[in-house]
Amino acid sequence: MRTTRVLLTIAAFSGLLVAQGLDPALLKKPPTTSWPTYNGDYSGRRFSTLDQINSSNVQQLSLAWASRYTSTNAATGVVIKSMPLLVNGILYLSSPNNVWAVDAHSGREIWHYTYPPNTGSTIGNRGVAMYENWLFVEVPDSHLVSLDAATGKERWKVEIANPKLDYTSTVAPIVVGNHILVGIGGDHLDNPGFLESRDPETGALQWKWFSTPRNGEPGIETWPDEYASAHGTGQTWIPGTYDPELNLYYLGTGNPNPVMAEKSRKGDNLYTCTIVAINPDTGKLVWHYQVSPHDVHDWDASQTPVLVDGEIDGKPRKLLVQAARNGYFFVLDRTNGQHILTKPLIDTLNWAKGLNANGQPIPDPAKFPATDGVLVSPSSNGATNWPPPSFDPETGLFYVGTNRPYSMFFLTDTDPRPEGWGGLDSAVGNDGGALLAIDYKTGNIAWRHDWPSGSGVVAMLTTAGKLLFTSNGNNFIAFDPRNGKILWHTGLTATPSNAPMTYLLDGKQYVLVAAGDTLFAFRLN
Amino acid sequence: MMMRKTWVVALLAGAAYLQAQEPEATGNNTAASIAASKQDPAAVERGRKAFGTYCAGCHGVSAKGGPGAPDLVRSLLVLDDEKGILIAPVIREGRPDKGMPKLGLTEAQISDVVAWLHVQTYAAGHRNTYEYKDVVTGNAQLGKAYFNGAGGCSSCHSPTGDLAGIASKYDAFSLQLRWLQPRAARRGGRGAGAAQTSRSMTPKVTIASDSGETVTGTLNYIDDFTVSLRDSNNQFHSYTRNGDSPKVTVVDPLKTHNDMLRKYTDADIHNMTAYLVTLK
Repeated sequence: MRTTRVLLTIAAFSGLLVAQGLDPALLKKPPTTSWPTYNGDYSGRRFSTLDQINSSNVQQLSLAWASRYTSTNAATGVVIKSMPLLVNGILYLSSPNNVWAVDAHSGREIWHYTYPPNTGSTIGNRGVAMYENWLFVEVPDSHLVSLDAATGKERWKVEIANPKLDYTSTVAPIVVGNHILVGIGGDHLDNPGFLESRDPETGALQWKWFSTPRNGEPGIETWPDEYASAHGTGQTWIPGTYDPELNLYYLGTGNPNPVMAEKSRKGDNLYTCTIVAINPDTGKLVWHYQVSPHDVHDWDASQTPVLVDGEIDGKPRKLLVQAARNGYFFVLDRTNGQHILTKPLIDTLNWAKGLNANGQPIPDPAKFPATDGVLVSPSSNGATNWPPPSFDPETGLFYVGTNRPYSMFFLTDTDPRPEGWGGLDSAVGNDGGALLAIDYKTGNIAWRHDWPSGSGVVAMLTTAGKLLFTSNGNNFIAFDPRNGKILWHTGLTATPSNAPMTYLLDGKQYVLVAAGDTLFAFRLN
Repeated sequence: MMMRKTWVVALLAGAAYLQAQEPEATGNNTAASIAASKQDPAAVERGRKAFGTYCAGCHGVSAKGGPGAPDLVRSLLVLDDEKGILIAPVIREGRPDKGMPKLGLTEAQISDVVAWLHVQTYAAGHRNTYEYKDVVTGNAQLGKAYFNGAGGCSSCHSPTGDLAGIASKYDAFSLQLRWLQPRAARRGGRGAGAAQTSRSMTPKVTIASDSGETVTGTLNYIDDFTVSLRDSNNQFHSYTRNGDSPKVTVVDPLKTHNDMLRKYTDADIHNMTAYLVTLK
């Protein structure tokens, strides 16, 4: 009923073909017949209620189709780091300067949009966003482009940052109501970080929130002066999560600049490396919790802030859970940002003097980058990174991919006013990668799977079919999320380059993952 | 003679005076950053000198700003500039409204200053041009004591055996990374170091089948589903893994290097490096 009404409304007001349009109600429900936003739904749990493919039959999971995407407009070849959207049987995927609409039944291309060659960074693109019949994608030269989902024709483009300033524009926008929430990346040149909201019809700016404060704003006291803060960066390069009841958008911000040279930015450096709760209608900061005060190791807090409706001490709570790049696991109350618990994710951490009363790690100045090098774990790559984790409400466990790397961190810029990165780190070892299943109530590890080789920082998907999908090297793998037993695997042509997703198409459940330039769709055949 | 001497003295005095008035520009002038930013080294050096003479008094010796004059490395105008299109008019005309005078530089000097400024912005934003400082800051005697004592290094290594002449083989920076982790020693980069493994550093693996047959060799590849090796005759063997079958035992000859990372203090590391650089 509801769906019909919404679709009729769209049809009445837009006068356009409704078959391609996105019903906004889908964004607020666990995904089943669609995958309409970066994490499938707003919660960031990456948990599907589908159970057609389950722990009893997953051994019969096999390839439905594999499809390769090429472009003359991809300097180093296509790598699909994006989360495709699935809406009304069509997959929408992206790579830098490219967007494809693909028939989910076959992987066959319906249309292919290419953006003109430009000098922007092509490090990756995390995906498109959809509002009614329109798609939104960030392109390397820091423009937001809107496309007609039916045809791939460009509607408009607006500049979101000066492309000369070494910003990287890779983020998948997130749609909340009539707001297109747009982030930005790039920390080479001390550029201001921000999140902004754009009008889905015109691209006009609705609001812009800078992730570091200016004079007169709260938090400026955590910087030596406004100049340092205004160049303190704090990019917004991974999409956030959203609680429709509280009307709060949760985002983990990037690291401060200069990245490894901290002498010109003494203080906590709010709101870098911080989980922020922002009102999407106004762009106003409602609460914040900084997971890495005064970061000097490139450990942004961009990892997905996962929304968990759980229980703490027997009482139902609205929680926010983050496994952070700095190597700690955090649980907060997402109504107000109140700290609930902090636990180490990995056992090699050596950079903090402990936790303060609010559960924040206290950075040890002896482990700040030095000209002759200091040994720190984790490395700048972190204990974990952008590959999204998953929370399974049925097991109550949070699944995250981790590494235990060591680096020597070197200060290279000893100028009283360092700029850019100001330092570098070099890897000197790794105690191995592991998949961790963490009890959110305690932060304790319920089970772990140590990989024999390869990076452990990989993406997760859980389903009601008692399955956990992840990867190691070129292997795509299904675990039993209750106990860490491997139930199924297959070898792909490359290392999975995005996170797996699942959906029903014509009543059949699919699991989809990208590896390099190829999408692989699996089902029970 | 007398005359000439006086003239030289006067010239020196004049040079000293000039030097006091005209700070030497510092900034980033490494060959790597000049090459990577595709500027002409001679122009950059002339530009550095001209910047020192005309600009550094207000904008600072590294162009990062001074009293009343902005940081040019973070200047949007400089970052936006291509070949002086935006910068040159500012230098040529000054900005009298903002207190910047017309400086009277020649067009060639302006072009040189533009080249030097572009090296500065490029170098700040490109990590591959960064240069490391001195890593030999420790105490060689304490390093030697650690080598022979608490570090346990002498149980496998000898300064007159495998490590003889090691300091002639590697510069100090590479040597420090390499003794910490011979497998992951690479200059620069972030996080992941490229492997530089010799066969003797490659892990050994023993595979015992359910029937009790055993094969040993150099590990070629391992994950949860396959394991492969080369035996002493360089023959390739590969096995499907299914849980604990077959039984796989991997021995990493560099395990101690990795385990020690949990134990070193930074002083241990710098002392050890100071000692090892003496092994010429």
